[in-house]
Amino acid sequence: MLRYANPKRFLDLSAALLPWLWLAAAGLTLPGLYQAIFLVPPDYQQGDTVRIMYVHVPSAWMASFIYGFMFVASVVGLVWKHPLADAAAKEAAPIGAMFTAVCLITGALWGKPMWGTYWIWDARLTSMLVLLFLYLGYLGVWAAIEDRAKAARAAAVLCVVGVVNIPIIRFSVEWWDTLHQGPSVVRFEGGKLAPSIDPSMLWPLLIVGLGCTLLFFALLFVRMRTEIRRRRIRALLAAQAGG
Amino acid sequence: MSAFLALVRRDLSLAFRVGGGPFLGLAFFLTVTALLPLGVGARLNLLGEAAAGFLWVSAALAALLSLDRLFQADAEDGSLEQLALGDLPLEAAVLAKCLAHWLTTGLPLALAAPVLALMLNMPAGGYGALVLSLLVGSPVFSLAGAIGAALTAGLRRGGLLLSLLVLPLFVPVVIFGAGTVTAAINGAEGDAAFLLLAASSLFALVLAPLAGAAALRIHLS
Repeated sequence: MLRYANPKRFLDLSAALLPWLWLAAAGLTLPGLYQAIFLVPPDYQQGDTVRIMYVHVPSAWMASFIYGFMFVASVVGLVWKHPLADAAAKEAAPIGAMFTAVCLITGALWGKPMWGTYWIWDARLTSMLVLLFLYLGYLGVWAAIEDRAKAARAAAVLCVVGVVNIPIIRFSVEWWDTLHQGPSVVRFEGGKLAPSIDPSMLWPLLIVGLGCTLLFFALLFVRMRTEIRRRRIRALLAAQAGG
Repeated sequence: MSAFLALVRRDLSLAFRVGGGPFLGLAFFLTVTALLPLGVGARLNLLGEAAAGFLWVSAALAALLSLDRLFQADAEDGSLEQLALGDLPLEAAVLAKCLAHWLTTGLPLALAAPVLALMLNMPAGGYGALVLSLLVGSPVFSLAGAIGAALTAGLRRGGLLLSLLVLPLFVPVVIFGAGTVTAAINGAEGDAAFLLLAASSLFALVLAPLAGAAALRIHLS
């Protein structure tokens, strides 16, 4: 993997990959969403609001997946001190924060007609909100520390601490939820994703999920290419100012 | 060990001479406790229900307020470099500073909590659990907070960022801490919450000095 970690090689490789990535991401996401919006039958209880799920659930998957990706990139950056890994973690974070926000907002829009409220302090909602805080804190560290190398390492330490904490937060929030929740509140059952779901509804979901994953990598590569060039410009300007 | 104790003693005397030490923390708790009935209304049953959770939240807030100075002053006047160069491992130095921080914020609150709980009409039966849970759980605020403080040490405006960084780390402690007290009030088995709280505390005791020292080294390099 480190063979591809050379920024020049990354630029060449990503330039070759990007058109295909965009094509595949659009080719999966758009038809998947078309199916979800026009072809999938309305749910017998939720009616047409079930279509929100096709944006909501893939966003939730991506929110967790991207944090995991940042963790791997952060560990690689900490251990091998490789600038490309730092750039990968840094550039993945805003995308992850976006997906988390989309997940929360679509969930709220779905919750209003279904639960009668935009927000309940359910375990899943709360842990998603905490995940958003983790993303924002990570972005905040990058923004606050001027020295890029130091910022990379501080953000990586924070990301690792966050990953250690996610299971604890998850567990504590679920424990708290069962302690406090009355029987009247509608629960966001995991059963929505269980195999009990009809294949006609499941397939578009998986297709959109895969499309979002490819979309993430396409966006990530574009952002990383920008970051590499930004660094180069900064180095050139510094050299110019120095010479 | 003597270096460790000397560092604790130094931070304690600094806290007493510059910041009023534990009394400033107590004044903070008293003011927020006075604000709660003013904000939500003086209905005693409402206050009583909220008391346990509120006292835990204010313990977290008090830690947030004081944490940004945990390493900041030392980073500014260069004593952090001296600490890093000394014989004492940086991990132990972080632990010593956490201990001093807890002695001046967490411990006073734990001891004063029954009085504040009384003012908030907390139901009898929760008082022992309140003191015990704060004694066991509030060190996490200092320990987990030290990670955030170390990450933001040397930043000019680290305070706000710090609260964003450590908030997720405080979530489980507040849940288990307030859960312990609520369980005791309801006469339920409070053991589970309390044991989980103690586990979080021990977990933080082991890991926070390591992560805090790693974060400090970034700024020292």
